[in-house]
Amino acid sequence: MTRFVERHPAWALIIIIAVAVALWLIFAVWPPGLEEAIGRKRVFLNALFNGITLGGLYFLVASGFTLIFGLMRNVNLAHGSLYLFGGYVGYAISASTGSWILSFIVAFILTALVGVLLQLLVFRRMEGQDLRQTMVTIGLSIVFADLMLWACGGDFYQVQTPNWLIGPIELPLITAVKSSGEPVYLRYPLVRLVIFLASVIIGIAMWLALNRTRIGMIIRAGVDDRDILAATGVRIQIVFVLVFALGAGLAGIAGVVGGTFQSLSPGEDIRFLLASLVVVIVGGMGSIPGAALGALIIGLAEQLGSVYIPTYAIVVTFLIMVLVLALRPQGLLARR
Amino acid sequence: MSVTHDARVQIHNPAAAAQRPAARSWPDANNPAVWIVAAILLIMPLIANGFFLIEIFATTLILGTIALSLMFLAGYGGMVSLMQLTIAGFCAYMVAVFGVSGNANISLGWPWWLAVPMALTLATIFGTLGGALAVRTEGIYTIMITLAIGAAFYYFTNQNWAIFNGHTGINNVSTPHFWGVDWRRDIPFYYVVLAVAAICYFAVDYISRAPFGLALQGVRDNPRRMAALGFNVNAHRVAAYAVASFIAGLAGVLQVWNYRQISPGSVSVGACIDILIIAVVGGITRPIGPYIGALVFVLLRTFALDFLVRIGLDGNRFRLLIGLGFLAIVFWSSDGVIGLWQRWRQSQRPQSDHPGGGRGHG
Repeated sequence: MTRFVERHPAWALIIIIAVAVALWLIFAVWPPGLEEAIGRKRVFLNALFNGITLGGLYFLVASGFTLIFGLMRNVNLAHGSLYLFGGYVGYAISASTGSWILSFIVAFILTALVGVLLQLLVFRRMEGQDLRQTMVTIGLSIVFADLMLWACGGDFYQVQTPNWLIGPIELPLITAVKSSGEPVYLRYPLVRLVIFLASVIIGIAMWLALNRTRIGMIIRAGVDDRDILAATGVRIQIVFVLVFALGAGLAGIAGVVGGTFQSLSPGEDIRFLLASLVVVIVGGMGSIPGAALGALIIGLAEQLGSVYIPTYAIVVTFLIMVLVLALRPQGLLARR
Repeated sequence: MSVTHDARVQIHNPAAAAQRPAARSWPDANNPAVWIVAAILLIMPLIANGFFLIEIFATTLILGTIALSLMFLAGYGGMVSLMQLTIAGFCAYMVAVFGVSGNANISLGWPWWLAVPMALTLATIFGTLGGALAVRTEGIYTIMITLAIGAAFYYFTNQNWAIFNGHTGINNVSTPHFWGVDWRRDIPFYYVVLAVAAICYFAVDYISRAPFGLALQGVRDNPRRMAALGFNVNAHRVAAYAVASFIAGLAGVLQVWNYRQISPGSVSVGACIDILIIAVVGGITRPIGPYIGALVFVLLRTFALDFLVRIGLDGNRFRLLIGLGFLAIVFWSSDGVIGLWQRWRQSQRPQSDHPGGGRGHG
């Protein structure tokens, strides 16, 4: 942190000012002039929270993608299909048993199994041939998309939110002050906050597992140089299978999350594949903190964009990507 | 950089490359199969009726030309770009915007001989800028960035109403009439498409043996060494993108004349990936590959439904068939149909006395 400030004082100043402005926008009661200029504070806060929670969902999808890429150099373009598969499994479980938590567990296990099968049957046979692996994942995503269309049809599905999470809660953030002087607080859906919190916990757990445990050490070593790691006697195939299972399982969990606060339909696989592509390009391929930062930026850009410049909301996210590529092609938090 | 090295090894078939430097002159001139195929293509209107002529052969040639631009980048430059269809679609949009169409409030109404060069110029600039962005990265990163550019363009056309007319697109695009011929009628249009495809094919074939093409292949095989020899690696790559964009733009013009309309659906992400499938299924070491791939793809797309229904399966599963076919090709042959053909030829005559024996054009 201090090194960053020393090396880039101008950037540090800009970031500090931006954070200060953002904090003021969130916590202060907006003066009437500002409300006239850019609309009501409630709209802004809602967009902000939607953006952050959407960022949480993007992080869940993209972290698996970036983990698999980081270790195996495998651009898994079937990652979106794993997301959708997890979502459909979660829907089926929660519709038949009524348990929301169980649907997460089953979706994780089943998509992780699919990931293990993919790694064992497909990717292991063409190790080191990155382009061919990428082509195979494209073919797989076409096949999976059609199989899921076959099995589930073109309908929209939504995973039922459990009763104890339905409804909004009041947050200690003032959106406006009534003429009587009484403050109005922000009300926000509880389920989105819980899901966001869960994704933060998963992210921190992954960071701890990668940085504080032995298996995490092996994975980080594999990211740096898998050949040397294999030469030191680590059974790297088992590590590959584990990481692929974890990444795929995370995509499955994200599918249930996406099915709860959005909906599941054919085409969502491509959407989330593109979202995770953009997220990891912005954040830096193979980096978990990068995926978190990228997910936050893209989620915020999408939601704030859809409120303030509705016509070009999606284009804004791609503009950010182009900007990052032009200034820092390896991504914001990548080491190289 | 193990990533890029591995990616290169995939694209670059050593057997094909070994033959390449020897082939200085036109290598196909004394291969009878080439002349037979050329003759069949020329007299095609006598054989095929309107449906086959346009829906199968003209569509094949158009898609093949787009895939040819991808093959040029991937085969000779080592850069797999998924935005070639986007460039073609951009050019098609520009033809519709500058030329005459049913949307009078958008189209500027220029005559075609002004609108088409304008569209081609803009498409080439667009593709070159995209390429300049993409060459900052290598190997599989290029795939992702070009895919993201393609997706961005798709969403942009969907949401922009001022130029691209949103998700309805631009309809009733007029096609050229001159010398008393309506060039969109089946037979003249087939010959226009055939001429453009042939020019692109021979241009790519020529460039691959010209100094620029050889330098590009050098850049593909060992960028560091080429830089040490004094070649500007990035400039060669960007120039390759410019050439490929021009080819893709030509195909885009033909595409908008073929359907007389252009909409975001034609530049969707799935369609971008279809172009990659076409190129890979055909083979990306030779310019003929994309056309073979396109023929396979168009035949599957057109007849898979009937075929599946006839053998008692659900006709809607034709994408499954395409996906499985693509998987099979990627699994068993690193160089698509051409690679399979070459392997078959080699197994037929193991002690071939002239090294060009494996050349299976046609």
